[in-house]
Amino acid sequence: MADFVQLSVAGVSIGAIYAMAAIGFVLLWQTSNTINFAQGEFVVLPAFAMVLFFVIFRLPFAAAMLATVLVSTLLLGWGVKQLLVTRLLRMGVLPLVIATIGLSLLIRYSLQQFWTPLALPFPAIFSRDPIRLGTIVVSLEEIGNIVFAAVVIGALQLFITRTKLGWAMQAVAQNRTLASVLGINVSRLVTITFMLNAALTAVAAILIAPVYLVKYDIGIGLGLKAFYAAIIGGFNQIRGALLGGLLVGVVETLSAAYISSHFRDAFALVILIAVLLLKPEGIWGVKEEWAS
Amino acid sequence: MTRGRWGLMAALALSVVVPLGLDQYKLYVLSLTLVYVILAIGLNLTLGYAGQISLCHAAFMSFGSYAVAILGQHGVAFEIGLVVGVAVAFAWGLVLGFPALKVKHHYLAMVTLGFNIIVFLVLRNWESLTGGSFGISNVARPAWGPLSFKSDRAFYLYILAWAAVVVFSAYWILTSRWGRAFRAIRENEMRAEVVGVSLRNYKLMAFAIGAAYAGMGGALFAPLLGYIDPGAYTLDRSIQFLMMVVLGGLGRFEGPFIGALVVTVLPEVLRGSEGLYLIIYALAVILMMLFMPKGLVGLWDLAWRSSRSRTSPSISSASPR
Repeated sequence: MADFVQLSVAGVSIGAIYAMAAIGFVLLWQTSNTINFAQGEFVVLPAFAMVLFFVIFRLPFAAAMLATVLVSTLLLGWGVKQLLVTRLLRMGVLPLVIATIGLSLLIRYSLQQFWTPLALPFPAIFSRDPIRLGTIVVSLEEIGNIVFAAVVIGALQLFITRTKLGWAMQAVAQNRTLASVLGINVSRLVTITFMLNAALTAVAAILIAPVYLVKYDIGIGLGLKAFYAAIIGGFNQIRGALLGGLLVGVVETLSAAYISSHFRDAFALVILIAVLLLKPEGIWGVKEEWAS
Repeated sequence: MTRGRWGLMAALALSVVVPLGLDQYKLYVLSLTLVYVILAIGLNLTLGYAGQISLCHAAFMSFGSYAVAILGQHGVAFEIGLVVGVAVAFAWGLVLGFPALKVKHHYLAMVTLGFNIIVFLVLRNWESLTGGSFGISNVARPAWGPLSFKSDRAFYLYILAWAAVVVFSAYWILTSRWGRAFRAIRENEMRAEVVGVSLRNYKLMAFAIGAAYAGMGGALFAPLLGYIDPGAYTLDRSIQFLMMVVLGGLGRFEGPFIGALVVTVLPEVLRGSEGLYLIIYALAVILMMLFMPKGLVGLWDLAWRSSRSRTSPSISSASPR
């Protein structure tokens, strides 16, 4: 039983990081119908930036973190929106899908070619000393990740439900044409959403860097987990992505420990396929209207 | 005859004659290109014409490869293995295409993506059947009694024959009312349904036929290399096929030929630097989407039209586009 609780905490801790990437993913889909196949690389690039600022330039942690979020928001948020999305948005879903697949390859192999094909170690942010609660042992790192992610997601939720900009985002998500008729600058909102997403993935990157090593190809797995999380939980709800992220984290940790680490990726997939067949809008999602 | 048909005939004649003088390595690259053409034609049908995104083309391909390899170990003739592989791929295409009936792009992309990962995991872990991560070696090339296709040249011609079957059948499908229905679905699903196109059957078929072609490509791929292992059927490979079709020109009949040629030849030119090749490739795809969504074929069209514009104002063509 103690094992089970410990593993679940570890699962929630990693799942909270997946959830951040998944929430960003859902925001992009909501406001701009972008399926971002480069979401994994959107985590990897800031992770490398963090290595640059924190390990190589030796900036203090807070400054390095700020710089990383800033770079990510500018490059992957504003830059990608201006260069790619603005132009492709009018052409439907498919061209953007293909372009983001291209973008993911571009980022991944540029890092490999022009930086390093090796895994870069990253110092722990939180102490890894065990904390004992009766028979249960958890680490401060796990708790720290969960708390950090909860604060960020909570802040995002407040932004969306309590500010004018957040309301405008919801309006665009519900009906883009109507929102623009009502005087909302849709293009500007899409830009803001991309920047929010990039900030989220940057935070996810900073939390995941000490857990995984920083390597050019970890984005493949991360991106997939974010997709699974978004679909399992519900593609059109932030709470859905949150639930999905936690579920994926817990399921993969538990199944790797109790069943087989060979099929560690497969169990999340089995849930995914079950959800797609039985409730395609996701466990906590809302049915979408017919739209192309 | 139209430009398209002339092109096909000329290409076929050239592909029979030219390779006779090539060395072994170039012959291999050309054979691989043909296999990719078959695969790309399948994906072009699904994605380019019917607009259904598929990210598990490599998984469909693996069915063909493993059918041929596994049955071959038990002494079953290559052609039977090929038919089995194509049938399995077709059947899975139907199974996966089924959710395509009720869901939209992003779900289909996810389902197919997930399917590719599952198939890869099964290939790697079902050791008694697939040989696990070592795969299966000594995949036999076909032989009809005394007539054997074991030499590289003979096997090239053998692949060419199948490629011709694929090209002509795809041409036939696309010029029939099926092709028109596929395009109607791609342009506007709701309108297609309103004017009486039965979405259910056509979407399912576009997906399953694309999968069947992939199975055939896979069946020919295995004996060309002589060995197979799960690493050849990853998600990355599926994405590579997707790029191939995009690069050539989505929904254009000539697209897969050009795409397959570029994708097999470019890495040979940039040998020794796979990363660099992928960077160029990725950049090309992004730029293509931004500025030339019709792919390399679109570029060719532009050149063709500007050279012809003075003599004839309009070009009518019966080729499927």
